[in-house]
Amino acid sequence: MLKLFKKLSFKDVIYIFICFLLIFFQVWLDLKLPDYMSEITRLVQTSGSDITDILTQGFYMLLCAIGSLLSAVVVGYFASLVGSSFSRSLRKEIFDAVEDFGMEQIKKFSTSSLITRTSNDVTQVEMLLSMGLQLLIKAPIMAIWAICKIIGKNIQWSILTGIGVVILLGTVSIIMVIVLPRFKKVQKLIDKINSLTRENLTGIRVIRAFNAEEYQTDRFEKANNELTDTQLFNQRCFATLNPIMYLVMHFLTLGIYFIGAILINEAGMVDKLNLFSNMVVFSSYAMQVIMSFLMLAMIFMIFPRAQVSASRISEVLDTKSTIVDGTKEEGLEGEKGTVEFKNVSFKYPDADAYLIKNISFKVSKGETIAFIGSTGSGKSTLINLVPRFYDVTDGEILIDGVNVKDYKLKALHNKLGYVSQKAFMFDGTVSDNVAYGDNGRKKISSQKIKEAIEVAQGTDFVTKMDKQYNAHIARGGTNISGGQKQRLAIARAIARDPEIYIFDDSFSALDYQTDATLRKELKKYTKDATILIVAQRIGTILNADKIVVLDRGECVGIGNHKQLMKNCDIYKEIALSQLSKEELENA
Amino acid sequence: MPRRNFEKSKNFKTAIKQLFANLSPWRFLLTLSLTLAMISAILSLIAPNKLSDLTDIVTDGLKPNISETKIKQIMANPDIPMEDKMTFQEMLTSKGKEDELLVSLDKLPKSIYNEIKPEMNLEKVKKIALLLATIYIVSAIFNYIQSLSMTSVSNNFAKNLRSRITNKINKLPLSYFDKHETGDVLSRITNDVDLIGQSMNQSLSTLVTSITLFVGSIIMMFVTNWIMAITAIIASLAGFIFMGIILGKSQKYFIRRQEELGKLNSHIEEIYSGHNIVKAYNGEALAREEFDKLNNNLYTCNRMSQFLSGLMQPFMAFVGNFGYVAVCIVGAILTSNNVISFGVIVAFMIYVRLFTNPLSQIAQAMTSLQSTAAASERVFEFLGEKQMKKEDDLTTLLPRDKAKGSIEFKHVKFGYDSSKTIIKDFNVKVKPGAKVAIVGPTGAGKTTMVNLLMKFYEINDGDILIDGVSTKQLTRENVHDLFVMVLQDTWLFDGSIYDNLKFNSQNVSDEEIEKACKTVGIDHFIKTLPGGIKSSISDNDSVSQGQKQLITIARGMLKDAPFLILDEATSNVDTRTEELVQKAMDKLTIGKTSFIIAHRLSTIKNADLILVMQEGNIVEQGTHDELIAKKGFYAKLYNSQFEK
Repeated sequence: MLKLFKKLSFKDVIYIFICFLLIFFQVWLDLKLPDYMSEITRLVQTSGSDITDILTQGFYMLLCAIGSLLSAVVVGYFASLVGSSFSRSLRKEIFDAVEDFGMEQIKKFSTSSLITRTSNDVTQVEMLLSMGLQLLIKAPIMAIWAICKIIGKNIQWSILTGIGVVILLGTVSIIMVIVLPRFKKVQKLIDKINSLTRENLTGIRVIRAFNAEEYQTDRFEKANNELTDTQLFNQRCFATLNPIMYLVMHFLTLGIYFIGAILINEAGMVDKLNLFSNMVVFSSYAMQVIMSFLMLAMIFMIFPRAQVSASRISEVLDTKSTIVDGTKEEGLEGEKGTVEFKNVSFKYPDADAYLIKNISFKVSKGETIAFIGSTGSGKSTLINLVPRFYDVTDGEILIDGVNVKDYKLKALHNKLGYVSQKAFMFDGTVSDNVAYGDNGRKKISSQKIKEAIEVAQGTDFVTKMDKQYNAHIARGGTNISGGQKQRLAIARAIARDPEIYIFDDSFSALDYQTDATLRKELKKYTKDATILIVAQRIGTILNADKIVVLDRGECVGIGNHKQLMKNCDIYKEIALSQLSKEELENA
Repeated sequence: MPRRNFEKSKNFKTAIKQLFANLSPWRFLLTLSLTLAMISAILSLIAPNKLSDLTDIVTDGLKPNISETKIKQIMANPDIPMEDKMTFQEMLTSKGKEDELLVSLDKLPKSIYNEIKPEMNLEKVKKIALLLATIYIVSAIFNYIQSLSMTSVSNNFAKNLRSRITNKINKLPLSYFDKHETGDVLSRITNDVDLIGQSMNQSLSTLVTSITLFVGSIIMMFVTNWIMAITAIIASLAGFIFMGIILGKSQKYFIRRQEELGKLNSHIEEIYSGHNIVKAYNGEALAREEFDKLNNNLYTCNRMSQFLSGLMQPFMAFVGNFGYVAVCIVGAILTSNNVISFGVIVAFMIYVRLFTNPLSQIAQAMTSLQSTAAASERVFEFLGEKQMKKEDDLTTLLPRDKAKGSIEFKHVKFGYDSSKTIIKDFNVKVKPGAKVAIVGPTGAGKTTMVNLLMKFYEINDGDILIDGVSTKQLTRENVHDLFVMVLQDTWLFDGSIYDNLKFNSQNVSDEEIEKACKTVGIDHFIKTLPGGIKSSISDNDSVSQGQKQLITIARGMLKDAPFLILDEATSNVDTRTEELVQKAMDKLTIGKTSFIIAHRLSTIKNADLILVMQEGNIVEQGTHDELIAKKGFYAKLYNSQFEK
């Protein structure tokens, strides 16, 4: 937590210091108020006092009140300024850090966790800073000052006040100890209700087909009951807090007055008056003491959550990407468009087993190389090494004759047109999505966008949309089909005019016909481009110049379709499972 | 999920009425709770009066009794020695300041001192203290009971709403879910219901308490003294108007803050989840630019909303102090003119506080009631959606073991929109045990066939007959019972493999389950899991997509029905598992009238009938050879797959 607060700028620290002084001033005024109040009370009470005296005292009291108000406003202003600008820069810092992460770090935290860390966790810390800071400064000053004012005035009253504070703090801490762990449970149960409902919705066809509505409802009701019971318990515990607070405060006042009455009755003439005014003052200060302890208790309620959030944020900020930027902008002369793997092996840093073992191949400009194998054979991992989503563990990858690690990441990515396994759509228009990013050259023209969509076989559906190329694509592409998303994602790569295309199983949602036409058109459109394809379907890769067959991270065959059909058993097995013999022969 | 706390309801009044109508089962507790809240509030109006009575008695006990009559009495008292009377006389005539008078009073001889010393009515003090203590305790107990009953009402109401939503899901036609997003229903069941439960718990009783306090203190003030009442109200009014302005402004910024936060979160989510695309396309600069813009917008709204909402409390304190001073000054003028007594001022000092505090609470409670209204509107809208037809009048029953397995489509017309018919006059007769392959490009509407066969959707015209019985005469439950359905999305619930296989068929024996696992070929894999068949599916990474598919096939196998609907697509499955899956599928079709959404040529070629679909409609039907000979859409589709 402290580490995060060290990030506060010098200006912020000055503001906080000003706040500190102003709060000091405010507490002084707040504690001064009761003095004027009792003075006014005394004047009103004494028959025959001058109206002007009351007016003067009233004027002073209002002055105090205005002063307190003004300093509260200024403190509020600075606190909101410090809190918001702190959260703004913290959010930015986290976002920047995540942007620099490699896939390894993203995977380590998980995307959803990174999102919460950037938004909710920052809000938690901000709340502690803007609200907690005020309380944290005010409560102790107020408590100490108020105690100083009444200390030594009367032992009986002091003991009574002490008892009040102890009872209050005791109640708050008992409730916190009982309820806090159950809060976590409530969160889990809400998640459970969520997932059960999601289940009921996504599986609605299956559930109905099996007439299992009641079965699912029973499961839901079980969780529903558990959630309700836990929440009832929690809220019932909290329900005790209010009446107890109320009782402590009122009984304290009553007790002070009652004890006061007895003391006054027994005292001599002179002491009587003293005791009386002491009693009035004491009871209002005692209230202030109780209030300030309550404020402290409140901080302790926010503090643990903020603490957890702060450490989660620090975790992100302390993580550095393992992908280090290179220096080169250009490849070697005459090697343009080549991709070469030299004894490449890869494993996750904390894993024992290699996902990719000793893979070597080379493709030249204009060639197509395909990778096939069962799930988990390492196809995707292999081509994810090219854009340096991960770095190789051993060996090297050369593009245009230069190790990918030596390129500036930006320069490297400018050479590549990468299409991921799951087509990713941004919130924006069709054109925005296709022209996404920066290829280091001039902006992608609308003509180019149209061409790219044409090659990706998307013109048909795009022109059928309401605003055509300016049609809106919802976040995640929820308003278009899987096949349409894939075609736009492919168009995005085409629009970039890359030297090298990387297709990570990007044709899976297309029907065979579209798949075939698209690849044919692409080849026509980009004669010089090198193409790397990962695929599940034999049909997709049949015509590749080179096919690499992977099995458990190892290369078990390399060659074209005909060669592999002859000498690679695994390839033959895959091929036969998808196509009949004569179809393969005809191919 | 977006927070929608600040959304306004479309029609506040109707929404609240509806909310209360639905709360009627808890009438008693609700009334009890609100009545107790009101009594509690009234008690807290009385308590200050009693406290000021107590103060009055204590102050009475401060003044020495040196009235004219008392002095005469003392002088006339023969029991007091002459000497003492002289001292007393001397002291009275010396006319010092008040303080000095008190000091000299203390020095008076015992005989006189005892006569003039102030008498505090301790008995009365005790009585009032006891009364006050009782009021406080009763009020606290009422407060406690009130929160308990409110908690119970709100939580049980929330539970009831959740149950009703879940039951509603079962009663809605599938078309509802095809049109609405899962997230939408999900947010109703969690966010909205939670919001209703929480804010009802807080706002209702706060509202009742605050209104009682507010109205009560106004009444009490006017009853006590109208001039003072008007003074107090006018003094606070300026403050309230100012507060209203601030509240309105801060609310605006609050809403904008939530919106900006939502936008920023969506952006973060988009960029984080598309991390590799952002990187590969050098989109970082663009992402950062957008982030900075949104982050700055959020900063502005955040700062303003925090600042403005932070003003509330100090302002309330100021209004209270201002009212206090105003009441004291006007009170003092009135006292000097002998219009009112001192006690009235003391009472008003308290009324001013009681009067100013509830207003901000009323404002807050109203805001949260607003969002409750908006949330409940959404929930009740969902609960009020049109349900599927009731089928109580359908008495025809076609038991699973008696069904032979023939099915006939007779002049079937169907469209998702009544205006757009996609299946026009479809006729086909399928014999028991036949294999029907459904083929067509993606998006051709192959699921439409599933929807019609399973009676998930009602056909517009024509008839579907099972064993000669119209499905219109059979309940949905009966139709479902006749089908085994294995779809591409491998839906399994969060539970053990065993529970998933058994699902809701309680009469399936463990032996049968074991047999099904063996037939499908997952028996070995299940044995390798640490928990065996009782292992949970959700938190088990070792259960792959293909294995999940096998489990759904086994689940289908355990239901021995005459008809089968099967989606052959095996996406994201490695080739070896795929082979296993296909073998299992083949076993599943044995002895069943099967409708297969076909992806394999072998299936298509061996099918007794092929239905070719395009853009939702069935465009061709026949066997493979017939269709190839026809050289139509099917022939084109078939050839294209292996085009060079």
